[in-house]
Amino acid sequence: MKFKFKDKERARELVNLIEKEVPDRRVKIVHVCGTHEVSITENGIRSLLPDRIDIREGPGCPVCVTPTKDLDAAVKLAENGVTVTAFGDMLDVPGTEKSLKEVESEGADVRLVYSVSEAIEIAENTDNQVVFHSVGFETTTPMTAAVLSQNPPENFSILPSNKLIPPAMRSLLELPNNDIDGFIAPGHVSTIIGVEPYEPLVESYEVPVVVGGFEPLDVLYALELILKQISEADPRAENGYERGVDYEGNPRSQQLIDAVFRKADSTWRGVGEIPESGLGLKKKYKRWDATERFDVDPEAGEEVLPNCRCPEVITARATPDECDLFGEQCTPDSPYGPCMVGEEAMCNIWYRYGGRPKL
Amino acid sequence: MCLAIPGEVLSTEENLATVDVGGVEQEVRLDTLTENVDPGDYLLVHTGFAIQKLSQEEANETLEIFDELIETNKELEEEGEV
Amino acid sequence: MNDSAEETVQVTHGAGGRKMDELLGDHVLNALSSKSAGSIGLDQLDDGATVDGAGEGTLVLTTDSHIVDPLFFPGGDIGRLAVCGTVNDLAVMGAKPLALTSSLIVEEGFSLAELDRVMAAMEEASKEAGVPIITGDTKVMGKGDIDGLAINTAGLGTVDEPVSDAGMNPGDKVILTGTVGDHGMALMQYREGLSFKTRLESDMAPLNGLLREARKAGEVTAMKDPTRGGLAAALNEMTEKSGHGVTIDEAAIPIREAVSGVADLIGISPYEVANEGKAILVVDPESSAAVLDRLREHPLGREAGLIGEVTDERPGKVVMETEVGGKRFLEAPVGDPVPRIC
Repeated sequence: MKFKFKDKERARELVNLIEKEVPDRRVKIVHVCGTHEVSITENGIRSLLPDRIDIREGPGCPVCVTPTKDLDAAVKLAENGVTVTAFGDMLDVPGTEKSLKEVESEGADVRLVYSVSEAIEIAENTDNQVVFHSVGFETTTPMTAAVLSQNPPENFSILPSNKLIPPAMRSLLELPNNDIDGFIAPGHVSTIIGVEPYEPLVESYEVPVVVGGFEPLDVLYALELILKQISEADPRAENGYERGVDYEGNPRSQQLIDAVFRKADSTWRGVGEIPESGLGLKKKYKRWDATERFDVDPEAGEEVLPNCRCPEVITARATPDECDLFGEQCTPDSPYGPCMVGEEAMCNIWYRYGGRPKL
Repeated sequence: MCLAIPGEVLSTEENLATVDVGGVEQEVRLDTLTENVDPGDYLLVHTGFAIQKLSQEEANETLEIFDELIETNKELEEEGEV
Repeated sequence: MNDSAEETVQVTHGAGGRKMDELLGDHVLNALSSKSAGSIGLDQLDDGATVDGAGEGTLVLTTDSHIVDPLFFPGGDIGRLAVCGTVNDLAVMGAKPLALTSSLIVEEGFSLAELDRVMAAMEEASKEAGVPIITGDTKVMGKGDIDGLAINTAGLGTVDEPVSDAGMNPGDKVILTGTVGDHGMALMQYREGLSFKTRLESDMAPLNGLLREARKAGEVTAMKDPTRGGLAAALNEMTEKSGHGVTIDEAAIPIREAVSGVADLIGISPYEVANEGKAILVVDPESSAAVLDRLREHPLGREAGLIGEVTDERPGKVVMETEVGGKRFLEAPVGDPVPRIC
């Protein structure tokens, strides 16, 4: 079974189409998914496109947008003897004082997990309290919902930090002078939520939203569909990833999320509070909420360090190379801001893949 | 956080499937999937859970979709409409 | 197996007395068949060893310490790695290896049976390479003072005109002698405990024979073995040192499908992990086809590929043309690769 779509010939054809379709002015296309940025940069897609097509990553990186107070809560739990489990990059991003990895080297029990079910397994095999730092967008939330709705062990709980993508896209469109001409909607978030949630955005802002897959040809195809909508002046919510996304999304996953979580206002690091953009646990599941079970309510910490341009990068208003610290004081080995920590964040990705060669 | 990889279902047992993802066998949970799953099906797997059923037809269709777009545009060009 | 299976290395084994003689005799000398490169070799257990055959050429010396974890992995172990690694360091300088040293630092309590396995692997690699191990040292550290076993090897070789890793010229072709990422990905897969339908294996192999043939077939201007940091680190070092640039055609990089699959799964680039049986050869354009053909005639070079070319654009940078036709930099990896989950 072949799932790779990256042949040169089709790519060239799609690029030809894009070159013919693109208007004469600068066009700013925003995507909101670290995996899209990796695919774009790793495959050198920007180098195939006319300069005036400007593709940016929005807040598609959970590590970058998790507010410091959530990170501090995780650290405090670990310092208080709780076993804290989290996905990879979450261990490296510092809160106000330290990261989970640092607190681990001080003797705390911190474990990297690949799946929430691993965290459950850890809880089943210990008497200690085990907390799972539940971060991620709609692709990752159904999994947490699934385990919570199946009688998890009593010593298990979650630090809820899940967020929603469509409100984040809306907040970008609400920024003055954002000049966004179109969105590539994230493929696998859309696998869960479908295409329908993007309709209100198109309705309010008349901006093309095309769901894109992650293979290089998928990205080029989604771009072409956006440009077509622009030239036809007919903005719509369109599915450019039909093999991976159905219009109604994944009903079972949606049911799981709806049963366990409810929408809540949420703080996005570097952006601020976005209404109804996060998820909190419903009353029925509150006992699995680590912030209720434990005394962890640290004050809001320092969200943005001086001279760090992460807030502008994640709102697609600056590129990493426009930051003075990029590659100098701020590198993956010694990151200054969160956008250099996450493997899905633009600064980290650009550093590792060399950005866009000016060829 | 979108990384999801396609894999082939080798066997299933209640809400678990053994899936061959890139030559590596993994246990995948099916709780988050709507449809039923049989050996031979393909799944998109994210953090150990299935999020979508894929099919060879749909994968083939993807190429057809690209080709159709390319062809349509070529025809329009020839007709002098682009 | 005799009752050494029950036994472990003790501190007394390193103390220089009878116990040490027993250890050396039973577990080191007995394991090796090629132990001299002159009149005084390993069997003499003298303070040093003599080396004949240095001739009129220039001497080349290299050393490596091996602390690979785990010690045993699919495709081999620390013993094979130690011998191949040092032989290859000499070979990519264009040198003919004459002799190796082997120093072991063993943790108290280390299994003698495992020590025998390591020595057997060193013997096999030494035979394959045709290079004797002529002198060495054995120390035992207290339990917990070292993790299992560390090996240091030094290698002595001789060369008429050394080939550096900085010698490339614009227009030269870049050849990789085989598939990329095998060793590093095999270790990644093993360490992560990914249950395998396809088990990846390390590619450790001594390259002195292969590279000697290659150099006879054409003019090799630079060589390097892409070990730690992989292809990406090695190419970047070569461009930085030479002051030239390199363009790579991603589609031409030989890679096993299984390696590519595991790489996708754990989100680590196969270009950033170690290779232990491969070399990068930069070759004069006139003779590159001949060199490629000669490589492919050799068992260790069957999958050799012409992967790129040296340019005078973007000095110090490696630009890769991706499979889909785009361009991006192939940068040296940052730190140790850690599996990406999402």
